[in-house]
Amino acid sequence: MTSFPRGALTYRPGLARNRYNQLFTGLAAVFTALAVLPLVLVLVYVLIKGGSLISLRLLSELPPAPGLEGGGIGNALLGTLIVTLIASLIAIPVGVGSGVYLAEYSRGGAFARFVRFGTNVLAGVPSIICGVFVYGLIVATRAFAGQSYSAVAGGIALAVLMVPTVIKTTDEALKLVANELRWGALGVGASKFVTITRITLPAALAPIATGVVLAIARAAGETAPLIFTALFSPFWPDGLLNPIASMSVLIYNFAIMPYEAQISLAWAASFVLVVMILAANLLARWLGKLSRT
Amino acid sequence: MATGQRPDLFAHRRRPPGEKLLDLSFQRLTVVLASLVGLVLVGILITVLGGSREAMGQFGLGFLTTSDWDPVGGHYGAFTAIYGTLITSLLALLIAVPLGVGTAVFITENIIPLQIRQVLGVMVELLAAIPSVVLGLWAIFVMEPFLRPGLTGLHSLLGWLPFFSTEPQGPGIAPAVMILVVMILPIITAISRDSLNQVPPSLRQAAYGIGATRWGAILNVILPAAISGITGGVMLALGRAMGETMAVTMIIGNSNNFSLSLLAPGNTISSMLANQFGEADGVQVSALMYAALVLMLLTLVVNVLAQQIVRRLSLKYN
Amino acid sequence: MTVSSPSTMATDTCIAVQNVSISYGSQEAVRGVYMDIPRGKVTAFIGPSGCGKSTVLRALNRMNDLIEGCSLKGRVLFDGHDLYAKNVDPVEVRRRIGMVFQKPNPFPKTIYENIAFGARINGFRGNMDELVERSLRKAALWDEAKDKLNESGYALSGGQQQRLCIARAIAIEPEVILMDEPCSALDPISTLKIEEMMHELKKSYTIVIVTHNMQQAVRVSDVTGFFNVSNRAEGDRKVGCLVEFADTEQIFNSPSQQATQDYVSGRFG
Repeated sequence: MTSFPRGALTYRPGLARNRYNQLFTGLAAVFTALAVLPLVLVLVYVLIKGGSLISLRLLSELPPAPGLEGGGIGNALLGTLIVTLIASLIAIPVGVGSGVYLAEYSRGGAFARFVRFGTNVLAGVPSIICGVFVYGLIVATRAFAGQSYSAVAGGIALAVLMVPTVIKTTDEALKLVANELRWGALGVGASKFVTITRITLPAALAPIATGVVLAIARAAGETAPLIFTALFSPFWPDGLLNPIASMSVLIYNFAIMPYEAQISLAWAASFVLVVMILAANLLARWLGKLSRT
Repeated sequence: MATGQRPDLFAHRRRPPGEKLLDLSFQRLTVVLASLVGLVLVGILITVLGGSREAMGQFGLGFLTTSDWDPVGGHYGAFTAIYGTLITSLLALLIAVPLGVGTAVFITENIIPLQIRQVLGVMVELLAAIPSVVLGLWAIFVMEPFLRPGLTGLHSLLGWLPFFSTEPQGPGIAPAVMILVVMILPIITAISRDSLNQVPPSLRQAAYGIGATRWGAILNVILPAAISGITGGVMLALGRAMGETMAVTMIIGNSNNFSLSLLAPGNTISSMLANQFGEADGVQVSALMYAALVLMLLTLVVNVLAQQIVRRLSLKYN
Repeated sequence: MTVSSPSTMATDTCIAVQNVSISYGSQEAVRGVYMDIPRGKVTAFIGPSGCGKSTVLRALNRMNDLIEGCSLKGRVLFDGHDLYAKNVDPVEVRRRIGMVFQKPNPFPKTIYENIAFGARINGFRGNMDELVERSLRKAALWDEAKDKLNESGYALSGGQQQRLCIARAIAIEPEVILMDEPCSALDPISTLKIEEMMHELKKSYTIVIVTHNMQQAVRVSDVTGFFNVSNRAEGDRKVGCLVEFADTEQIFNSPSQQATQDYVSGRFG
């Protein structure tokens, strides 16, 4: 039986355990720096290379023909807004409705378990597969008025991507609403419909909005589901049943072109996209804080 | 006390039939909307399975093991792409896991002031919001030129190894791995951070209470307690890496010639789809659908495993 | 179990509970309850915790429907109609039998809207401002709230919130008001205000109140039901039952059951 050494309680940096501590802390700090570095570098490059090009002309003109100078990303900006809007108009009702079913109506039966499982599976389906699916469902079959590639097809592909996020946020936000509030409404003779639409959904609005904003932001930057559904167009949007330009596909197409003008436009589109998405994320963060107070 | 004589000002004491109908229709509507998820999943499966039938009949399981992709001759084998999918995501994981978990520890354990930790946490989360295509653009014009001298050096030093046997010429598997690391880092960090935060404070206090040093407590007590959550996050990140399309497509070089060298151009299933699906016809479409099916199954297995692991974690602590 | 007939019962029965047993899943919570709740009186349910008194209360306006796996055997007759008959709409039941809960639960709306909400969904066609004022006056909240009708219900104190919830319940002019330990989360002064208010309210409503406070039962109620946990069920399973239902005075002064005597004299519970 050896007794423990008992000396003064001063900190001795030379001890093996203290040296290990410093080593690991240093290592963790380096890892963190390495993890944050790409964000800083991407932001710096996008802001400098893209930001310096931004002008009203750039945001309002069509891209130039290959080999020519000038032009802008007006059609792609408008196209991204249109396609994302279509996706939101589909995904928000479907997602919120399914979330309401899960949180308010289902009583944990087999169907609800299946829907929750399916939501998780769908969230894990690669976005390119969503594109393949909508291609097979709508584009190849010319389901909409005999048109193949179209803004609507692109919107549906993005909606498939958004729906799982919206379902999960709605489900979780509604579960956080106190049951007493539901009872209060039912206790004055409100029907389930009135309770949900007038009391529980409004009470869960901020967290649901947070999730929806994040889902929209993510969809706006998606490319893979669009390249063979919405395709691309060098012209202004021509109705919802024709191919449509979008910023993400513009970046993809122009980045691999050998022309300086196109590459510049790709950087400019990246700038606009990143600013939009970061703004949406800050908005979501603010909404999230709002819901916690 | 006769309540019947009270003047009844409430028209809907008896609910009008319209109100009942609305109530019921709304409930039915949410059920229909909820079943759409299942419908879409089945639709995806039917589309991909149906589309790949022709190629399945023609190439059978040999499709998975041959790397002959010849649209002119009509021979297709997806081994290069399957290998590329697996090797890029596994290598990316190998690099991203220590980085991500280390970062998570750094921003959850009390090493630096809370405000800085929160800012770092937000920054890593914002990294997840940057679109993949923007990262691809950045990879082509900034990251790859920056990495190339290092990769060239690697080739001249270790060129005798098959993994570094080719001269780096720009796009290739190695840069694709690097951009995948950037993409999956936020996932691993965020989920590891959540798991670490879920470790009961009492456990932490117990470790410190018996005189453990900070890293003694972290390595021996806290990380093991959070390990299943972290593993779940790593699996989710693996699923994401395998399905990731744009950034990889832009930087991997899209070559169907098989090479063990990480410095050579390669392909993944998703980059092959992104590249060829729009212009393909005939058997090639079917072969691409077959490849898509393989990708779906791979990600499905990984994601279901991830869910199981995460579920087991939540059972343990709730 | 004894059902002695309260003297008031001869007059008029509002809700008749006949051989009611309630289970959660396979677990029986309360068994074999008979009682006749008189109209225009205050009826109190007392008893130790876990005896099923709140469960029985919630069965009176079908709030138990909202709890997963909760099932009821027996009959609950309201004005002679079985509340659990197939064709009965629970929403309509709750429009005629209102409820006030243990924890104050105002809606995240203004004070005015908290009261107007229920009236609107009940198709109120009178003057809304008058209704809000009348309801707040009845709930003894008007003087405190009249200057902040457009502020959130959460701006009120706990006791005021509970009175707002009572005002909300009486605004739809139900015939019966059920109160599930309405004062358990409140301070003594707020409790006193609510008890005073109940004396006013029973002039127009039938009130059923669950309370863990025996003095409160004595102060506010005309009729009292004493619930207890019995071990007579198989094994260790504890099941609630109604031991005695009689005039409050009789329950507290000369109960017919030994268990009631023990409970009201503070020997257990």
